[in-house]
Amino acid sequence: MTDYNPAELTVVIGSRSLQDGQIVFVGAGLPLLAAVHAQHLHAPTLSILFEVGGVAPQVRIGSLPRSTNEARSVRRSVATPATIDMMLFLQRGLVDVGFLGGAQVDKHGNLNSSVIGTLEKPSVRLPGSGGANDIASSANKVFIISYHERRRFVEKVDFLTSPGFLDGGRSRENEGLLGGGVEKVITNLGILEFDKETREMKLVAVHPGVSVKEVQEKTGFELLIADDLQVTTPPSAEELTLLRALDPERRFLKAGEF
Amino acid sequence: MNKMLTLREAVARDIHDGMAVAMGCALESLIPFAAGYEIIRQKKKDLTLIAPISDIQFDQIIGAGCVKKVVASWVGNVAAGLGHNFRRAMEEGIPGRLEIEEHSNFTLALGLKAAAMGLPFLPTRTARGSDFAHEHHYAEINCPFTREKLLAVRAIQPDVAILHVQRADSEGNAHAWGNFGVLREAAFAAKKVVLTCDEIVDHEMILSDPNRTVVPGFLVSSVVHLPFGSHPSPTQGYARRDDDFYFEYHKESRTREGFESWLKKWVLGVKDHSEYLTLLGSERLKNLTPGGNLFSPSVSFNF
Repeated sequence: MTDYNPAELTVVIGSRSLQDGQIVFVGAGLPLLAAVHAQHLHAPTLSILFEVGGVAPQVRIGSLPRSTNEARSVRRSVATPATIDMMLFLQRGLVDVGFLGGAQVDKHGNLNSSVIGTLEKPSVRLPGSGGANDIASSANKVFIISYHERRRFVEKVDFLTSPGFLDGGRSRENEGLLGGGVEKVITNLGILEFDKETREMKLVAVHPGVSVKEVQEKTGFELLIADDLQVTTPPSAEELTLLRALDPERRFLKAGEF
Repeated sequence: MNKMLTLREAVARDIHDGMAVAMGCALESLIPFAAGYEIIRQKKKDLTLIAPISDIQFDQIIGAGCVKKVVASWVGNVAAGLGHNFRRAMEEGIPGRLEIEEHSNFTLALGLKAAAMGLPFLPTRTARGSDFAHEHHYAEINCPFTREKLLAVRAIQPDVAILHVQRADSEGNAHAWGNFGVLREAAFAAKKVVLTCDEIVDHEMILSDPNRTVVPGFLVSSVVHLPFGSHPSPTQGYARRDDDFYFEYHKESRTREGFESWLKKWVLGVKDHSEYLTLLGSERLKNLTPGGNLFSPSVSFNF
């Protein structure tokens, strides 16, 4: 089946990145969809955490919460402690994966969801961190889902809302942050990871039909390219069928840019 | 002591110009929208609004010109995207200049928790290295025992916290369930609490289920009986989230003129909450009433 849109492809790759038994702290939108997809398809004991206080809820197919923090998002949870407790799970180092989206991501995996331009003279004032900073600060590893275009993939974020590897090298560790930082960035063009030494973004896989040239053209900085660059396996019929059932109104899985 | 007031009385008596008001602290559930509308109707000025994420509530009150400052980690429209009034205020100073004290959800929770503990700050490992951590409500400290670097978050004490809960007695003992967000931290940090609730219950009901009490009545200043008082946000067991309302708001508030006509229709043009419910219509309210069989069994408190 080749009939899928960029959002669908990205979510399926995100779903595959999660493993059964993991504890995953997810943000709203496509990360939520990816985690629920994984829970239903291949990771039945995946524990999803929401910042409002839902622990391991079971989201019903076709009844996806619009946001991660409202009544539908705690359906059949094992516990509903409060936000501060969820954040303390992060700070204790108990969360395997944090799963985030982002308006701007830079070559060291730092995220900006606060402002395009400067705080003093914003060209676009964005909503802010929410729980994203806390997830990025302390989850053992972080996956980012983003639409791939030059204005989002920038050399340096306008405002550092959520830490990736800060200035690269050992700067994250030196800052005293917990967790391993960003492990992978999943986009509609491919999968990116970070060089172990310099912590610069490296293209490790492209999706079928996507060239390295195209990825580089849509990235606002020089990408490292993995020696053993992979080509991802396209979504299967089974993966797509489940995904579409999760979002029948296509609130998240819109065509084109997401 | 019976603390029941009408919404108009409670807002007139307990919310004053220039106050720091925590509201919408359960994130996207239990948002006291009706109380926010009454604040707008009473034309309160220069408020500081405090909450991590309060969906479109802050955007509405900012647009209505009641707000000087927000203490928040996220301001927008959760399902639809950016908050148009928040953007206009931050980008163009419309309808007035807006200050922001930026937080993450965790640091805001810790700021409230510090105040609830009677402490000037709490330390954390989160937010280090971020650009907002340079602001004045944070300080880099070293642990006095291990010397490791930590971030101190200054206490946040609201003058008043407005909470919507499922049910309360007339003294303000409040039962809530489902999502809490930072509702308890806000209530325990605030100098006083204004409670709105879907249902007023006998004191005996509170005594039969004390683990469900999120706020004891002695913290509460006023209690307002307000079915659907969280509309369009959900109140588990009482009201579903009115998703369409958020999308309609997003569309209509895109321009300043559109927002003004939205405000006129839904807030300024209605006298009180009961007129607001009439405007929503019985069919819409019926569709927003939860069905299903997700009941919690009662437990034994015998000894």
